[in-house]
Amino acid sequence: MTKLEITQEITNKTGAPKKLAEGAIEEILNAIKDSLSRGESVNLKRFGKFDVRKKRARMGRNPKTGEAAKISARRVVMFKSGKYIRGVVNTD
Amino acid sequence: MTKAELVDKVSQKIDLNRKETEVIVNSFFDCITQALSDGKKVELRGFGGFRVKKRKPRTGRNPKSGEKVTVPEKNVPFFKAGKELRNLVNKS
Repeated sequence: MTKLEITQEITNKTGAPKKLAEGAIEEILNAIKDSLSRGESVNLKRFGKFDVRKKRARMGRNPKTGEAAKISARRVVMFKSGKYIRGVVNTD
Repeated sequence: MTKAELVDKVSQKIDLNRKETEVIVNSFFDCITQALSDGKKVELRGFGGFRVKKRKPRTGRNPKSGEKVTVPEKNVPFFKAGKELRNLVNKS
């Protein structure tokens, strides 16, 4: 599913004009990106929580060449899905 | 950031009142949830992707009694940050 298909769905379900739905999706994603880039987590009830975690530097391996390589310390985005969505993906 | 704060931000950006913005924001996350529950992938350019990962059944242990229990196969929602988001978070 892509942004385009989500736009269509939102338009169908809420009656919002396509342009508005499109703009809303962009602004939702921008606001989440903004928050995470400041190191602030985003907690969306039912859906899940986006968190920024600090990772220490560690030794890794280039999977292609097998050479050892240092992986620098970094910050990564973690997503912890909400209970509701975890339940929903397990029912057929 | 909470969902209420997200709705506030989006509402200002798209110039729509909070109530109506909230309907669109909810519809957006419901869309992703629905896609995942159908086993579909969701790809949001510049942000990341959601998909469902299968966890194999395994034997676990009841941490209290030490008894072996079989944990059945299950599906879990999974998010992978896109390149743009990864770089954004790791920069500062």
